[in-house]
Amino acid sequence: MKIYVPLDSAAKALGADEVAAAIAAEAEARGLEIELIRNGTRGMVWLEPLVEVEDGGERLAYGPLTPAEVPALLDRTLDTLGRVEDMPFFARQTRLTFARCGLTDPLSLADYQAHGGLSGLRRALGMTAEAVVDEVKTSGLRGRGGAGFPTGIKWDTVRMAHASQKYIVCNADEGDSGTFADRMIIEGDPFCLIEGMIIAGLGTGATKGYVYLRSEYPVAIELLRQAIDIARADGVLGSSVLGSGRSFDMEVRVGAGAYVCGEETSLLNSLEGKRGVVRAKPPLPALEGFLGRPTVVNNVISLATVPVIFEKGAQHYADFGLGRSKGTIPVQIAGNVKYGGLFETAFGMPLGELVNDVAGGTASGRPVKAVQIGGPLGAYFATADFDTPFGYEEFDGQGGLIGHAGLVVFDDSADMLHMARFAMEFCAVESCGKCTPCRLGAVRGVETLDRIAAGDTGAVPLLTDLCEVMKDGSLCALGGFTPYPVLSALQRFPEEFGTVKEAAE
Amino acid sequence: MPRDIPQPEVDEIQSLIDAQLHLEGPLLPILHALQDAYGIVPVAAVPLIAAALNISRAEVHGVISFYHDFRSLPAGRHVVKICRAEACQAMGGAALADHALARLGVEWHGTTENGAVTLEPVYCLGLCACGPAAMVDGKLLGRVDADRLDRIIGEIEA
Repeated sequence: MKIYVPLDSAAKALGADEVAAAIAAEAEARGLEIELIRNGTRGMVWLEPLVEVEDGGERLAYGPLTPAEVPALLDRTLDTLGRVEDMPFFARQTRLTFARCGLTDPLSLADYQAHGGLSGLRRALGMTAEAVVDEVKTSGLRGRGGAGFPTGIKWDTVRMAHASQKYIVCNADEGDSGTFADRMIIEGDPFCLIEGMIIAGLGTGATKGYVYLRSEYPVAIELLRQAIDIARADGVLGSSVLGSGRSFDMEVRVGAGAYVCGEETSLLNSLEGKRGVVRAKPPLPALEGFLGRPTVVNNVISLATVPVIFEKGAQHYADFGLGRSKGTIPVQIAGNVKYGGLFETAFGMPLGELVNDVAGGTASGRPVKAVQIGGPLGAYFATADFDTPFGYEEFDGQGGLIGHAGLVVFDDSADMLHMARFAMEFCAVESCGKCTPCRLGAVRGVETLDRIAAGDTGAVPLLTDLCEVMKDGSLCALGGFTPYPVLSALQRFPEEFGTVKEAAE
Repeated sequence: MPRDIPQPEVDEIQSLIDAQLHLEGPLLPILHALQDAYGIVPVAAVPLIAAALNISRAEVHGVISFYHDFRSLPAGRHVVKICRAEACQAMGGAALADHALARLGVEWHGTTENGAVTLEPVYCLGLCACGPAAMVDGKLLGRVDADRLDRIIGEIEA
């Protein structure tokens, strides 16, 4: 009998370690032979700890499980949720990038290969660098970190650059509130990221990779380091990848709590051991990146999607999606929702369907008021925008962005002026200080919003003007996109900016 | 009562620095190694790092002070981090944070007078579907409410 208890951070935060310990102790007391596997999460966070028992060819789910229910679990008298694959939240998904997450033992290479792992890499090893890059271009894959830049074109720039050393840098500085897809795949299927980075190396001629992982993710750091060691010991990484004679190796670098280091140029500075200040572009990191050498900087999900593109073929991937938003997107449903978690689906699902139907509305049972999409720099959407299909251009058309595809749902108790102020406050705390609009603008933004909160509606045009300056004049997305939550809150909820308010809570 | 500031030997600091010098871009790994060892980045390390990397002390100081993680003063015996980001706010995170500040009688980054608990803000632990979230001495906690936080603080203060 195999028993799966997730080791995912969210599962741990909801008691998975205690449940795993109780299962081990109870099985030992009964003299029951079990194989306890710590898997990734299936992504249904409201059911965590979600434990699965595989016995007699059937794998059944139970959750949320408490240690007190463990005896009944082992008696097999506990009510089951059935197979995960049959549960509506899961059955509606198209799992390409996250196909293995939660299904397999994240640190078993044998398990990884039994579920399609490394077949994409084997295929890529038989291709020229140009063909590898063309495959990514054909897939239509765009940067999943938020910018949406075509991944294949970025790779091609690095491929054609001449240098003695090139790098693949994975941006795992997932600091956006409402997003956890990077963490989830690193904890649940780390070999998938490793395989994606190796393929990126084959396509561009890079032989060294770095994963810049935030310090707030201790579980992911530990898991990925173990996975890299295993991959190296088994010849997946190293001087001859799978015996091909091609070299690629990688390591994890831990961030130090600076949000702005999720911006690619400040990330590169941080990786070099400098303050995480933003660099002006050009030069592009693809030409002068880490240590001044050609560097691919890709988000975790972009890289972790590469293996399935090579396994199933670029066209298979490109056949999903909407318009220029091809493939699937792992939507992270967060905040005040009934069913929170990760929902991978083809681009194109309307926002309202995601919020009302998939997420089941709010956890509090109160009406949905606003949804912030794409992290702290993303716009607030109102229910009037719920017919917007989930896609890069579609969200842009509504004055927003999909960012890293996190949805944070708020009920009607949300104070939108307070949220706008928080956006400016956060920008002031995290600004790297390199450019004036961000460094000064964020501080003045807080001040201006306080004036509005105190009843000075004459400050509203000043706020709008300030936001325009920050948008147009900032070097990076921190200062440039902070106006999104501020202006969207102002435009969609103007009544909250127009009257004297009670002191903020 | 503030905690004593560790005063490690120069040789010891030097060996921690030297162990990272083979890396490309070794400064952050050096600072993490020092903080892991001493709970702070000792002031005495600054000139040693500057010499090892052939950069100015100002550069080293600039890097240390840029990142939220690096400390010059030791934390309390226990560290409570509470997420202040939007997803947790949507679930009452701001009220939880206010409660923690009042309960401990400190400001953000402050340590209680008895040196038991330091309270830190954190902007996202990636637990956005089970907020409000907190981390107590490295242990992750989801769906934290004021009662549960009080219980945890009571346990670690004891």
